[in-house]
Amino acid sequence: MLNFILKRLGLAVLVALTVSAISFSLLFMAGDPAAALAGEQATDVDIEAIRRLYGFDRPMIVQYWEWLSRALQGDFGESYYFRLPVADLIMERLSITMTLGVCGISFALLTAVPLGVVAAIRPNSLIDRFALFLSVMGQAMPSFWFGLMMIVVFSIQLNWLPPSGTKTWVHFIMPTIVLGYYAMPAIMRLTRAGMLDVLGSDYIRTARAKGAGEGRVLFKHALRNAIIPVVSLAAVQMGFMLGGSIVVESIFALHGAGYLAWESIGRNDLPTVQALILVFSMFYIVFTFLSDVLNAWLDPRIRVA
Amino acid sequence: MTRTADTLLEEIQGPTPGQMLRKRVFGHQGLLFGVAVLGLLLLVAIFAPLLAPHDPYAQDLLARMQPPVFLGGSWEHPLGTDHLGRDYLSRLIYGARISLLIGGFAALISGLIGTAMGVAAGYFGGRVDMAVTFLINVRLAMPVVLVALAIVAVFGGSLQVVILVLGFLLWDRFAVVMRSSTLQVRSREYVTAAQAIGCSTSRVILSEIMPNIVNNLIVVVTLEMAHAILLEAALSFLGLGVQPPTPSWGLMVSEGKQMMLFEPWLVAIPGITLFVLVLAINLLGDGLRDVTAPENRS
Repeated sequence: MLNFILKRLGLAVLVALTVSAISFSLLFMAGDPAAALAGEQATDVDIEAIRRLYGFDRPMIVQYWEWLSRALQGDFGESYYFRLPVADLIMERLSITMTLGVCGISFALLTAVPLGVVAAIRPNSLIDRFALFLSVMGQAMPSFWFGLMMIVVFSIQLNWLPPSGTKTWVHFIMPTIVLGYYAMPAIMRLTRAGMLDVLGSDYIRTARAKGAGEGRVLFKHALRNAIIPVVSLAAVQMGFMLGGSIVVESIFALHGAGYLAWESIGRNDLPTVQALILVFSMFYIVFTFLSDVLNAWLDPRIRVA
Repeated sequence: MTRTADTLLEEIQGPTPGQMLRKRVFGHQGLLFGVAVLGLLLLVAIFAPLLAPHDPYAQDLLARMQPPVFLGGSWEHPLGTDHLGRDYLSRLIYGARISLLIGGFAALISGLIGTAMGVAAGYFGGRVDMAVTFLINVRLAMPVVLVALAIVAVFGGSLQVVILVLGFLLWDRFAVVMRSSTLQVRSREYVTAAQAIGCSTSRVILSEIMPNIVNNLIVVVTLEMAHAILLEAALSFLGLGVQPPTPSWGLMVSEGKQMMLFEPWLVAIPGITLFVLVLAINLLGDGLRDVTAPENRS
């Protein structure tokens, strides 16, 4: 087990390093960062001075190393736009994105798992078809459009829910549904397939044969085994969701990290964009690492492979 | 009734593989719906200049935001006009070109990259496999929307840039699926036989392995095409995709958003067409998977 964890950890660190190099090189893909910082009216002398001041005249690998070692200590440099430390900006906004992510994945799990279970118990029933319909819709609907339509119906027409902002929990209802709906289809299909698989197995027949009640068979014997892959899928989806919250945050004007990313891209605030790409990637890397370790712990067969 | 030799032969042999395939295809409602709708939209995109009642770029500031016919508008503009008085139906028709172009080319580029990587990983194994698996991990760790937005912001939004960015970002599923498919057929007898008679590696891959995994490839092509279309719409909606005045459906939703309070149909209509297109492509992909999957052949 320890061997597996160390191997998996090594991979995670290597992936993280590669992603950091890619997001660092974004700064140089954008052209001369000194010229961008100096502004339109700057003379060549000004640009040269800024290049020295920020250290852009040194070799890239040196700059990368410096950036990385600072980033590891939580210092992502200063935002070009706010003139504030990027790390503070992100920390301030991250709580909203995290709240949204946790709400979204909870919503997805709370709706998709029961639907998947019922769909598996009664295949081809009305509920099974409804679940399939929901998942097909979820995969085809553009998230920004779904969000806007919810605003039209629930905020403008019915006046039930506020269209934007983060003041109370009511403000999070629509963003949660929009974000969570995108994780639903995959979770539901996996729950359904897992339950169908388990319900046909020998130990379920044995449990029924020894006279266990149907509820006990379903929840104690079947669901506990079918849910294992769902847990790891949920962790991966959570990572995707945090990265994908940029669209949802921009529709509902939630001033979280995704919204900050969108604004910063528009303002050419590259240190902030770099840091955000790295932060979102880190979430994904940490979540997938945890889910792999959890899976290996629950299922010994994975450790050996 | 006399039995001819032909019918007798048929009874003995049962249906031919071709007949079985036709039966599976025509018995699959989702697949038929997907093919029909996608075909229709392809025709609309190809014949856009003939079908569009107006020039999609022509502004008429005196006839702004006229409602569509079903909300009391006139047949002059069946789906109304936008905030610059441009005919909404014509923009929608030309928008099909943008979506299909981007979806098609992005899927082509990412398909070439991902298939090359996946097949190489599956066929050669060892270090090649390790390298490809590592690259897939790196790619999955990067938030697609954010990276795409950042790169488009650097290079400027245009059709070509969006196609290239999506093409270079969406190869992961191709690589994953092609790798596992290649692993499955790599050790079959016919591959070993081809290797034994001295076929070159490229010949083994192209004429022994590829034909046997192309089914899976086509399914991934449809899924990634749908994915690319949705992403383009999202990028354009966020203002960092295709730039105005190009009639992209995502951009139309974004432009309609300003007037959403009074004219929600401006947002609803392009969203519905996006939904229908992506739904059709997804159903086509699911259908192809059902029809070609060996376990469903009874």
